[in-house]
Amino acid sequence: MVLDIRLTATAFDPGHELGAFMAVQSDAGGAGGIVSFTGGVRADHGVEALELTHYAPLTLPGMEALGAEAATRWALSGLLIVHRVGELRPGDPIVLVAAAARHRRAAFEAADFTMDHLKSAAWLWKRERVGGVWRWIEPRDADHADLARWAR
Amino acid sequence: MLRLVFLGRLGDIAGAGERTVADAPTVAALIGSLEPGLAAALADPRVRYAVNGLVCARGAAVPAGAEVAFLPAVSGG
Repeated sequence: MVLDIRLTATAFDPGHELGAFMAVQSDAGGAGGIVSFTGGVRADHGVEALELTHYAPLTLPGMEALGAEAATRWALSGLLIVHRVGELRPGDPIVLVAAAARHRRAAFEAADFTMDHLKSAAWLWKRERVGGVWRWIEPRDADHADLARWAR
Repeated sequence: MLRLVFLGRLGDIAGAGERTVADAPTVAALIGSLEPGLAAALADPRVRYAVNGLVCARGAAVPAGAEVAFLPAVSGG
């Protein structure tokens, strides 16, 4: 089981990261299925920039705990999380999640679970700049509904 | 002295992301010692607190010299 969980303040290349993750899985004997999700900055409603702030004592440890939780719920052979912080531009990748498992269902579900929690429960604060003015992004009801899917 | 860290929009309300203040026995007492507008924002039930990197309750003790972080609700997508 390979847990690779990172925060990065500089741009990353999701294709390169996914390729490296797949190579590790291949060397380990091959996962039956690998599911990945890449999220990027939308160019919606004139957004010029998106800034993500984190709090070092909590944010990465929380993401590591999330990865460990996913690994207890599904039989994974690997889980990759790469999350940006800092100032991003439309089109920049924000997050990459990849889950590797023997069968596809576990990989799909673990990637979905991890993304729902990263979006709604990770210690990250976002603001966007529109027309030169920064505005904090508030939680959405949909985020809580996303989390409730996984309650047990 | 305590080191305070204000995350997200709380930094705008506090006027800076960080501040140093005199020691206080609990998070609640610390909030009560701040200016009223900021104290009201920090007492919002959706704001969480962390003392020395551990999330805690409002009544939690604050050791001398601690770092106290104020964490507003996290942003969604």
